[in-house]
Amino acid sequence: MLEIKNLHVSLEEEDKQILKGVDLTVEAGKVHAIMGPNGSGKSTLSYVLSGRDGYEVTDGEATLEGEDILEMEPEERAAAGLFLAFQYPVEIPGVSNNVFLRTALNAQRKARDEEEMSAGDFLKTIRAKSKSLKIDADMLKRPVNVGFSGGEKKRNEILQMAMLEPKMCILDETDSGLDVDAMKLVSEGVNALRDEGRGFLVITHYQRLLDHIKPDVVHIMADGRIVKTGGPELALEVENNGYADILAEVA
Amino acid sequence: MALPQVKQTATEERLNALTLPEGGWSAVARADALARVRAMGLPNARDEYWKFTRPQTLVQAYVPNAPVFETDEAPVFKDVDRLKIVFVDGVFDADASDDLSAVENVSITRLAEGGDIHWASALYGTLEARGQDPVDRPLAALNTAFATDGVLVHATGVVSRPISFIYLQNSDASDAILHHCVKVDAGCEVTILESGPAAARYNTCLETDIADNATLHHVRTQGRDHDRRAATANFARLGKESTFKSFTLTANGVLTRNETVIELTGDDAVAHVAGACIGDGDFHHDDTVFVTHDAVNCESRQVFKKVLRNGATGVFQGKILVKEGAQKTDGYQISQSLLLDEDSQFLAKPELEIYADDVACSHGSTSGAIDDEGLFYLRSRGVPEGAATDLLTLAFLAEAVEEIEDETLAEEIGGLIETWLMRRRG
Ligand SMILES: Nc1ncnc2c1ncn2[C@@H]1O[C@H](COP(=O)(O)OP(=O)(O)O)[C@@H](O)[C@H]1O
Ligand SMILES: [Mg+2]
Repeated sequence: MLEIKNLHVSLEEEDKQILKGVDLTVEAGKVHAIMGPNGSGKSTLSYVLSGRDGYEVTDGEATLEGEDILEMEPEERAAAGLFLAFQYPVEIPGVSNNVFLRTALNAQRKARDEEEMSAGDFLKTIRAKSKSLKIDADMLKRPVNVGFSGGEKKRNEILQMAMLEPKMCILDETDSGLDVDAMKLVSEGVNALRDEGRGFLVITHYQRLLDHIKPDVVHIMADGRIVKTGGPELALEVENNGYADILAEVA
Repeated sequence: MALPQVKQTATEERLNALTLPEGGWSAVARADALARVRAMGLPNARDEYWKFTRPQTLVQAYVPNAPVFETDEAPVFKDVDRLKIVFVDGVFDADASDDLSAVENVSITRLAEGGDIHWASALYGTLEARGQDPVDRPLAALNTAFATDGVLVHATGVVSRPISFIYLQNSDASDAILHHCVKVDAGCEVTILESGPAAARYNTCLETDIADNATLHHVRTQGRDHDRRAATANFARLGKESTFKSFTLTANGVLTRNETVIELTGDDAVAHVAGACIGDGDFHHDDTVFVTHDAVNCESRQVFKKVLRNGATGVFQGKILVKEGAQKTDGYQISQSLLLDEDSQFLAKPELEIYADDVACSHGSTSGAIDDEGLFYLRSRGVPEGAATDLLTLAFLAEAVEEIEDETLAEEIGGLIETWLMRRRG
């Protein structure tokens, strides 16, 4: 599904290398987790994959179902099936969630030469999907993320994911700022989307989220590289001993 | 005080090119206005009030050519059940207009109809003349003196359908001067709509006298005729507990100066004036607003939003004057621009002048670029850059559009902005 090879990334503004050769393959139907200390480059990886400005790929490649995504505009990557649940979801005053999502959904469909979803069908679908995430109709009418609590913002990210039905989902610290109940809602939302044809890359600092979203593979990232890969037990090791031991071991 | 020679010469040149219409009941007001024009002189680039906007092409006798704008766009307000009054190049078109007596609770006549006695004789030129103090508005006085036609609306009840002034342009060199008067009796209510390209150059004046407990809504669109030049002046006087809400959408037009002069003379009155404008390329748009609080516990709001690109210029001059004794005044003013590139500019001069101690007045002015974070967020969800920029632009203008109270009209304007943005994108 998603193949990243030898990815090197620097900041455009200053001469600073952040990713120093990342290799990673996420297969369809699998959940991969990336854990790692703050500042190791996890968010940078997610931003570079989704096409945010400010980064320069100096070496390596990334493909989605065999297609080079690094050459694509962000909207083309989205239409190709890539989705990033942001660590810090953005507030957009003046644009309601409904308008935002319908515009996005139909833009993607149009890009894929699919038929647009009618206003009626859209409302039906979003009502059904928002219900299980405990997002009410009133929230959907409000501007995107404006005045939302941390938990509401994260649930909103998952709702967008559920509506857009991407092939490859990247979740960047979706667990941060969530209480136990919200964590459950979000995890259930993600688990409901788990599917043979869909890949997940779950970035998290803590093991907690991985109790709910069981990963198939766990990677440890440090200083711009994947330094260790293993099964779910690797996450437990981090939980019990912290990153220090693992980092010392690979150093 | 004698006028500077240059100003006097320019003024006389323009006056010589105009003919004073047969006045009838308005003759006295016209003569007064002409005397005011001669005393003030027409504006030139050295006037403080025209610091940001060059008045030359609005003043000179020669009308710069403005090709008729061809479009297949549906007429603005077409789905609104309204009474249509059509002017082509400033000339009334009876065939295209509705029967002026078709709506109840209102009497509608035309300025050019003449006749001897008219209720409007007490209003025509009166608010314009009051509005000359403390700042000269010579183009409005010129309008009063030389207006060839206009609509005189007297609301004597709640008027169920909006009265819609529709302007059409047919000639590349037309020069239209129209003067409308609207009188809303105590407790009555009316909505005035204005739309369309009026002429290659036009000067319109709207005087609205809103009695106690009365309400006037005004929604206007100007655009997308590229080359026209416009100077408009709206004067509103508000009685006790009355309401005035005015909104203008402008897109394109090489030069637009919209002046709004509001006088709150009765306690507990509410006046809102708002504008949204979309400027692209050779575009200069000036909103000049003067609100005078001369009564207790009145509220005024000015909300102006401009989106500018490709070298477009936006101007906002807004003043709130709170007179002595106008306690409990609630005055608010915001002017903001969204600059889509570095070639465009926004010039703002917000002013407060307050002679009462128990008031709450605030004003703010900002200029900003499109929010990159928001743009990326939208694009990451699949919205192409152009459409994402439009969506953020719409959101930016929304605060002004929300000032329109009537939902149907607000939706109409929102839809129009969307269409115009999409057209621009091609
Ligand atoms: N736009 C940026 N400007 C400056 N520094 C950046 C930028 N993006 C990332 N960095 C730096 O890159 C490193 C990795 O950051 P990040 O990808 O956010 O790590 P993580 O998500 O693992 O905490 C940090 O040192 C951070 O300060
Ligand atoms: Mg991060």
